Amino acid sequence: MKYQSQKVAYAYFLVAMGLFAIQVLGGLLAGWIYVSPNTLSELLPFNVVRMLHTNALIVWLLLGFFGAAYYLVPEESERELFSVKLAYIQLAILVVGTLGAVVSYLVGIHGGREFLEQPLWVKFGILVAAVIFLVNISMTVLAGRKTAITNILLMGLWLLSLLWIFAFINPDNLSLDKMYWWFVVHLWVEATWELVMAAILGYLMLKMTGVDREVVEKWLYVIVATALFSGILGTGHHFLWIGTPGYWQWVGSIFSTFEVIPFFAMMSFAFVMVWKGRKNHPNKAALLWSLGASTVAFFGAGVWGFLHTLHGVNFYTHGTQITAAHGHLAFYGAYVAMNLAMFSYAMPQLRGRDPYNQVLNMASFWLMTGGMAFMTFVLTFAGTIQTHMQRIVGDYYMDVQDQLGLFYLMRFGAGAAVVLGALLFIYSQLVVRREVITPGPVATPGE
Amino acid sequence: MSEILTKSRARNVFYGGSLFFVVVFVAMTVHSHRYIVETSTAGMPLTDEVRLGKHVWERASCINCHTLHGEGAYFAPEVGNVMTRWGVQDDPEGAYEMLDGWMQAQPSGIEGRRQMPHFDITEEEMRGLAEFLRWADQTDTQGWPPNDAG
Repeated sequence: MKYQSQKVAYAYFLVAMGLFAIQVLGGLLAGWIYVSPNTLSELLPFNVVRMLHTNALIVWLLLGFFGAAYYLVPEESERELFSVKLAYIQLAILVVGTLGAVVSYLVGIHGGREFLEQPLWVKFGILVAAVIFLVNISMTVLAGRKTAITNILLMGLWLLSLLWIFAFINPDNLSLDKMYWWFVVHLWVEATWELVMAAILGYLMLKMTGVDREVVEKWLYVIVATALFSGILGTGHHFLWIGTPGYWQWVGSIFSTFEVIPFFAMMSFAFVMVWKGRKNHPNKAALLWSLGASTVAFFGAGVWGFLHTLHGVNFYTHGTQITAAHGHLAFYGAYVAMNLAMFSYAMPQLRGRDPYNQVLNMASFWLMTGGMAFMTFVLTFAGTIQTHMQRIVGDYYMDVQDQLGLFYLMRFGAGAAVVLGALLFIYSQLVVRREVITPGPVATPGE
Repeated sequence: MSEILTKSRARNVFYGGSLFFVVVFVAMTVHSHRYIVETSTAGMPLTDEVRLGKHVWERASCINCHTLHGEGAYFAPEVGNVMTRWGVQDDPEGAYEMLDGWMQAQPSGIEGRRQMPHFDITEEEMRGLAEFLRWADQTDTQGWPPNDAG
């Protein structure tokens, strides 16, 4: 850690990991309600549990992004942050807002636009926090060295904050409501967040592989170009059946097919950089998470997204468990795993120690990734059966759901593995211990 | 390759291309906005009752169990076509009675069955909700869902 002010990232990562634990435990409870529907049905209904699950996810991912920016921008700009105090004030606002949202959900006060259920005052709090963040980071970048990584990171964060404005715009016309709702939801996760993800990945590759900056930065521009060229008009794949014009079926199908490209490029980029780089970086866990994130993002967001994006397919699969399968693996690969890569890389430096407990950390990677993969497979099977029975044969929703119990049971098991992995990850980051497994002596090259 | 595609060229393609796609997207959005208002949702007036119903729908966070036009949680049935499924799409009074009867009977308390919570809402709000669901049902959604099962 070269700059003192990078330390603020530590507080962001701690809060993020706390919310991560809440998010996966909420998910586990929701998964259990699928298996045993009477659980807490009067005290804590499914819709409230789901709001906690999704909202906790979104907030902790954003906290991770903010923390990552506060960690990497000083190094990239070669100067201290504009204001450490502002960074802590921003965090305090977000923590108060999050706690406020949780309490109000529990007592039944919430909005009803999916993922944007936060009470109005919390939405304003998020806006204020975003403005503080942008000022703080922009002032730092403007005063220091400009790099492609900070350019792309800043562009992503500015645009995603601007798009938050649409969280306040809720037309009475349901179809308009839905169309503008996607300006936040799609243009976050399938456009602006990809810029943030690419910037973080580029930074990690630069630090861990030792590949020349020029090469990394050129790759980055190509990746984010493919992300926005496909992702902006790719919004059309959400405008198929909500009252929008028919031409979106072709625009959405074609451009969202291209959305696979940036994820394939990011995966290739990560592997090529590791292959070319000659550095033997000691933090193997962070390297595993970086490669894993870009790979799982390619499968979750890219392959599983393409699976049901063509309008002829989506006509039958829209709003089934296929969507749930894709959503889980895409978020896990692209944003959860990339955040955990950054945590794994930065935490040892923030705490001023060697990267201990790497074996535990890597075990948590395989537990979580294995769990998420299994969950994705069983939900895909469930969704396939649901699509056939409900959309082709025309059986009623609940009759079909009653046939899917086995898949939901297996999904719960997969979820338990993910929770175990998440807790193991947090444990490996926070509890200082000696290395669990002593590495062997530096070996002579194999034959 | 590396001679032709320099870093600054890649950057310029990124900025220029993104701007182009933003402009195209905004233009298509403006057209879609007008299409929604004038065509696809114009089959039924957007009355105060429908507006009230939408607020009830949001206040109860129905979207976090149900889907509406296929969007939402996947825990409970699609309601974008529920009035058609119940056969009351063209019958406001019947739609209200059906919805009221259904919601008053929740939660069913049946063991092993997904439970819908009980919602304390006034008759006026229930009528609004019924009208909102009828309004959603009349939207031209390009033929989706494939059948009445939703």
